[in-house]
Amino acid sequence: MGKNGKKKFTLSWMIGGAQGSGVDSSANLFSYSIASAGYYVFGKREYYSNIKGEHSYFNVVASDSPVRSTVDSVHILASFDAETVFRHAWEVEEGGGIIYDVALENERLRNIPTIEERVKAEVAERLKNENVGETLRDVLTVAKRRGVRVYPIPYMDLIKKTGEIIGEQQLTLLLRMVNTMAVAASFAILKADINRLHRGLSYAFRAKKAVVDMNFTACKVVYDYVKDNFSDDFPITLPNRKNDEDLILVNGTTIVGIAKIVAGCRFQSYYPITPAADESVYLEDKQVFNLNPVSDGDEYEYPHLAESRQLSDKGHILVFQSEDELAAIDMAIGASLAGVRAATSTSGPGFSLMAEGLGWAGINEVPVVVTVFQRGGPSTGLPTRHEQGDLLFTIFAGHGEFPRIVIASGDMTEAFYDTIKAFNYAEKFQVPVIHLLDKSLANSTQTIPIPSVNEVLLDRGLFINEHLDGKTYKRFEFTDDGISPRAPLGTRGAIFWNTGDEHDELGHISEDPVIRTRMMEKRMGKLEIIKESIPASDKIATYGDPGAKDWIISWGSTKGPILDALEMLEEEGVGPIGFLQVKILHPFPAELCLETLQSAGRIIDIEQNYSGQMGRLMAMETGLRPTNLILKYSGRPFTSTEIRDAVKEVLARNTKRIVMNRGG
Amino acid sequence: MTVTQKLTMAHFRTPLFNDWCPGCGDFGILSSIQMALAELQIEPHRVVVFSGIGCSSKTPHYINTYGIHTVHGRPLPFALAAKLANPDLTVLAVGGDGDGLGIGAGHFVAAGRRNVDITYILYDNGVYGLTKGQASPTLRRGLKTKALPRPNLNDAVNPIALAVVCGYTFVARGYAYDTRHLKELIKLGIQHKGTSFIQVLQPCPTYNDLHTKEWYAGEDRIDPETKKPIPRLYKLEETGYDGEVKSPSDEEAVAKAVEAIKKSYEWGDRIPIGVFYRNPYVPSYDQRIASVAPIYLQSPPAQQPIRTRSMKPVANVSPLFDELRVHY
Repeated sequence: MGKNGKKKFTLSWMIGGAQGSGVDSSANLFSYSIASAGYYVFGKREYYSNIKGEHSYFNVVASDSPVRSTVDSVHILASFDAETVFRHAWEVEEGGGIIYDVALENERLRNIPTIEERVKAEVAERLKNENVGETLRDVLTVAKRRGVRVYPIPYMDLIKKTGEIIGEQQLTLLLRMVNTMAVAASFAILKADINRLHRGLSYAFRAKKAVVDMNFTACKVVYDYVKDNFSDDFPITLPNRKNDEDLILVNGTTIVGIAKIVAGCRFQSYYPITPAADESVYLEDKQVFNLNPVSDGDEYEYPHLAESRQLSDKGHILVFQSEDELAAIDMAIGASLAGVRAATSTSGPGFSLMAEGLGWAGINEVPVVVTVFQRGGPSTGLPTRHEQGDLLFTIFAGHGEFPRIVIASGDMTEAFYDTIKAFNYAEKFQVPVIHLLDKSLANSTQTIPIPSVNEVLLDRGLFINEHLDGKTYKRFEFTDDGISPRAPLGTRGAIFWNTGDEHDELGHISEDPVIRTRMMEKRMGKLEIIKESIPASDKIATYGDPGAKDWIISWGSTKGPILDALEMLEEEGVGPIGFLQVKILHPFPAELCLETLQSAGRIIDIEQNYSGQMGRLMAMETGLRPTNLILKYSGRPFTSTEIRDAVKEVLARNTKRIVMNRGG
Repeated sequence: MTVTQKLTMAHFRTPLFNDWCPGCGDFGILSSIQMALAELQIEPHRVVVFSGIGCSSKTPHYINTYGIHTVHGRPLPFALAAKLANPDLTVLAVGGDGDGLGIGAGHFVAAGRRNVDITYILYDNGVYGLTKGQASPTLRRGLKTKALPRPNLNDAVNPIALAVVCGYTFVARGYAYDTRHLKELIKLGIQHKGTSFIQVLQPCPTYNDLHTKEWYAGEDRIDPETKKPIPRLYKLEETGYDGEVKSPSDEEAVAKAVEAIKKSYEWGDRIPIGVFYRNPYVPSYDQRIASVAPIYLQSPPAQQPIRTRSMKPVANVSPLFDELRVHY
């Protein structure tokens, strides 16, 4: 049951098509339009490492309460190519519907080059078992046998009709609207308000009014066609509903980008890589922004370095595309040395190269933020697919020992605040901070409350703007807590040296064993300071029954499907189950985990990797070992239903290791 | 704040023990840098010297300016970013030939495309000194310096030609033991608005027994008439060579580049030093940023306010949220 005792309503909608044919924009159109009708949405994007032609799809779940994940089954499958139907018709629930292009009914499975042989064999087997042929029509016949509704749409006729209305005869131009039409057909079936599609079109196509108007005409043509030609008995309807929450529809790369601007990040370097590059491209697009007027009694804090400059009412983030990731992290460090809050953003392969620069930042105590959107590894791995495989690597990357902080966000809202915290931690403790995100967060879209910027504070730690007391400035001065006042390059009176070699307090090379020992202790000792200073609520989060015997442990974006699964389990009367989400992975909050799990009987570790990396980390840090593992490394994120089923299996049979593999 | 005291070389020295080998060419380059900075009267705290790894990359520790001794092969990315973050800084990058043209070759190429206003000084002695004399990317094929068990099998890269084709807008070569000449080159490099590349030929008295001070001085070639050595090095400016592009025309830039490259292949009996190529018409990177974000020149990253006195962020992201806001 939902929180108010009312059963949560959800709609699972999917659209698919060849990459480059507008699957993304149609999913954005649907998501925004449905959100604008008052629903919460969560959308998952799946695509190949390919520019044009391979199959991509978008699964959107809409609900009357906040939704954080997708489910395995689909209520409406919207398509405009044959491949989508061949691949996904099987996921459509009884009573659900399939929207397809009537002109494709005779398409044959074997003629679709982009379906893998294994998938083809699987589909062929299903069709054979049903004693039908191998055309699209046969797939639909089988679907109908299961009670699935089918909605053949004569896209070509409707496109021509639209062309007549708007006075456009160029077919190639008109054909581009077929994806929009599949969305409009969905709206008609769901009896949703067509006018919301107009808002969705403005969102999906931004300011291009002519495109919006043309597409809206196409929407109306399809909407009316569906209303006139099919019975209106679809079991799910989406009437406009009142929603009082101020929401944005956003994906993970965008929310991190916005947070960086808020955080005062004014330099970001990157080398193009999927799925991280979207964040940098977004920032480059939004590089100039306005500054807030200050409230009474407050004023802007201008860096001392700005002595000769005019004051400005605008801000600017410099986004730099470097020649490789070796340079990307080094550039972020260079900018940080100059006093700028600086970051770089990458994915696994790029982070591998950054290990070198990370160590340099470590020994020189340079605050730098590395945003890592994990994807399937090792090597190039699964460039466009999801995985949480880099946890142990980010914690241990680099030779030698140096302090760092590794934080992982569980959802978009956490990603926003964590981004800001990452910069605060970096400057306060003068360490590199790795912010772990993943492909699922990067490319999913979700309605979330607008983050509250008013609550944000920027803590720059011991950042000094001038050093004029005449004493020799020591960048690495030994202090009680190991943190030394940090001046930016260019500060009068504060000349210092940095070196990747071990160094003395001034920053000059030193191989003196006594200095070496003290410097190691100065740096590594900061890990204890970090542990003491960061509040518990930033380190872990717990959900569910604190007295539960069965505990789930996890980290990162598995949070969404786990929470949705827990709701389902509660509804089914399964439980009580606790859920411990670890948010700061390094330094590891060992005491908090021990405390939380002290009365736990079963510790069920749910992660998207092969070896249960956080479970191993926890064992190392606390001695507590997970009793059961629920893992997935197929490159597709967990669905909530998948976690629900796996947890039930663990509870029923105490299965030690369950590997899930749902989703295409 | 004004400079009341005239800056001398002494202001740019640190009291550290210098652990380079006696007679190392690095000393001459270090002095030339210090002289150049003193003569340009740039306050020490406004200068940052970045370096890579190797003997020569210890240079920053011996200069009393900000000194950032970075990662092997990568002083350039650090240096470019610091300069872009705070354009008021005078930024120098130094490093060896292995550092810049071996492990750092990718950064060397990329820096040429950007024309950020920094000066890069490459100490070229043909060997990896600190690891005991292996062949560097500038050692010619077939040569066997004393630490090599076999002659070098790789061809040498031509740093001047490479710099020109990569797009460096000031390309020069100096000699470590001609500090007056080198100092002038460094001054020109610092004053040039764009990326300046200065290759410095430099004996390694410990590991390069071929390109020695005596070899450069031509002591193996005695003029039968004067009975004096015939030096191998000669100054371009004394021959009437002029590598400067005088007009914003691509045609002239190409012609001068080709001439510089041809010149850079002279080696052996006559080795040119001086300015090979200079093009003041290529927009520097700060101008390129300003072309898309004019605010940059007025408010570069290190000089922007990011928070108020009460620690509140100053950026207004409401318009960004508005673009994403759900309208019911």
